[in-house]
Amino acid sequence: MTSVSPNLGHAGGSIPDGVRTIRRTGFAIGVATGLYGISFGALATASGLDVWQAMVLSAVMFTGGSQFAFIGVVGGGGSALGAALAAALLGVRNTLYGLILAPSLPRTGWRSVLRAHLTIDESAALAAGGRDEAEKRAGFWAAGVWVFVFWNLFSLVGALAGQFVADPAAWGLDAAAAAAFLALLWPRLRSRDAVAIAVAAAFVALLTTPVLPAGLPVLAAALVAVVVGVLPRRGRR
Amino acid sequence: MSMLWIAVIAASVLSFGQKWLGYQAPPDALDRPRISRTTTLLPIALLGALVATQTATSGTEIVLDARLAALGVAVALLLARAPFLVVVIGAAAAAAVLRALGWA
Repeated sequence: MTSVSPNLGHAGGSIPDGVRTIRRTGFAIGVATGLYGISFGALATASGLDVWQAMVLSAVMFTGGSQFAFIGVVGGGGSALGAALAAALLGVRNTLYGLILAPSLPRTGWRSVLRAHLTIDESAALAAGGRDEAEKRAGFWAAGVWVFVFWNLFSLVGALAGQFVADPAAWGLDAAAAAAFLALLWPRLRSRDAVAIAVAAAFVALLTTPVLPAGLPVLAAALVAVVVGVLPRRGRR
Repeated sequence: MSMLWIAVIAASVLSFGQKWLGYQAPPDALDRPRISRTTTLLPIALLGALVATQTATSGTEIVLDARLAALGVAVALLLARAPFLVVVIGAAAAAAVLRALGWA
């Protein structure tokens, strides 16, 4: 079930077509995800943060789930410490992404700092869809850089003019995010085992959503992969 | 400096630390068969969970709304081998139209 077929007729250039395609996808993810920054900026200022605080979260924290969790607690009248803890729970999965991505990305120098900073759902997901190391790296950097650029740009727009801009949900951007994650998952669903893992993880996440604090359902779902990976291999692959 | 500023900065630094930490695992530990099998499967589980939570949850509640119909549109487009952008825009348009019509 591969969605992209390499166009071998144009293999003359120095950049392989797969890499070019994945870079374009990274730009698209950057725009779609970045637009949601309007929602973050607007909610952040409505929750009582000033524009600078909203922008420090977008530029330095730079992980949407944690940022929304942080302003959710502040907006709900919770303590600053509670907000930081809620953000930290959502951020745990970024540590998992580092484990997954480590073999594909540079280990030293300023780029090793940048790779950590750009490690988010979108960059990890696009990298995971790469068919070789070059595509994985291209996917990670393209999604990471473009999401960073547009997320910060639109966070600022939302923080400065949130009350004048339409709700991104009205444009279906929340559904776009779900569709983007599904489209990134799709090429991986080649084996029955992979489908079973994805479906089981989705169920675990939904079943635990009402009972666990935000951020933990996705980690609970990650345990599905850990259990399948650690269990002794059966005869069939 | 206000408590809110301290929390913003501390939580932001902590967020970077969480991202950085994952890369510090020793490479030979990641090469062990069971660990490498797990890290290969993790993106599938995480993406499956993200699709589910992004589609059907709002805070700590299960919410079925226009997003679910939009995901159906995305599945149809993926089955038809539509390119990534078409899938994403198609799903967004489906959700936006349903909401504009007041159906979901």
